[in-house]
Amino acid sequence: MEITLNGKIMTIADNSSIAELLESHNLPAVRVAVEINGEIVRRHDFFSIRIKPHDRLEIVTLVGGG
Amino acid sequence: MMTDQELKIGPYTLNSRLIVGTGKYSSLELMQQCHAESRTNCVTVAVRRERLVDKNSGRNILDFIDPGKYILLPNTAGCFTADEVVRVARLGRELLEGSGYQGSQWVKLECLGDTKTLLPEPLGTLEALKILVAEGFHVLVYCSDDVMLCKRIKEAGAAAVMPAGSPIGSGQGVLNPNAIRIILEELKHNDPAYPVIVDAGVGTASDVAAAMELGVDGVLLNTAIAGAKDPVKMAAAMALATEAGRLAGAAGRIPRKLYATASSPWEGRING
Repeated sequence: MEITLNGKIMTIADNSSIAELLESHNLPAVRVAVEINGEIVRRHDFFSIRIKPHDRLEIVTLVGGG
Repeated sequence: MMTDQELKIGPYTLNSRLIVGTGKYSSLELMQQCHAESRTNCVTVAVRRERLVDKNSGRNILDFIDPGKYILLPNTAGCFTADEVVRVARLGRELLEGSGYQGSQWVKLECLGDTKTLLPEPLGTLEALKILVAEGFHVLVYCSDDVMLCKRIKEAGAAAVMPAGSPIGSGQGVLNPNAIRIILEELKHNDPAYPVIVDAGVGTASDVAAAMELGVDGVLLNTAIAGAKDPVKMAAAMALATEAGRLAGAAGRIPRKLYATASSPWEGRING
């Protein structure tokens, strides 16, 4: 299925969970925050929440800044 | 001689008056060394999209920040509207909650007017502040050195007001010390512990000392260390300047006079 991840359209396996998506990108859950369609998903929901076709996801992390 | 007490902002206690950024360092190792030399225990961080391309790089900035030594202060840098600020602040809180780091309860609010000046946008700043305060955030507000605006920001519930000394990264120091003096008078009237921090514009150690001598509670800087020719040396200088400025401010300087006053006694000169 197609989703928009961090502004880019990409294809992922149907019915993926957020945990599976993070795993496929080698991203530890403790170092990211995730939004689906503008709503924050809590970390403890990463395994249970399934991504739907055309969902808009943002995966953010902390970087250097002032 | 070390100066007095810690700085309390919202739920956090800082044992240094210097808050240091984590941006623009040529390496994370260098950043780590500079943080140590600066003797800060609070560093700012930004929220950005995860770069999904280099999936095996594995280096996260947090691997270079000891959660036992530093409190993180997430910012909303790069936001231009209240909506963007609120969204980024919530993401920052989410990133920090359960991360092992302190800092999820506060945010440095930065709402910019445009990309050229990076000057704060006052109306968006106030609007975002009110929303974040209602959501329980302790908000440290980056703003311009406008006295009335700073008063409104305090009234709206900011945990700290952080007027810019001069534009971000400009290295011009505190351009309008009189504005900072009036801000301090107004905001600390009957509330001497209310935190006022000079954020942005510092170029070198003397700028920090000068700001601290005015009586501000702290200084937040990033580029002045990260962009120095020898960032580690500059970080050490910033630590000393923070301390020196705070001591001198507390000591109380002599008044400026136009003419000389002799230091040696006039009486008893052999040529008298």
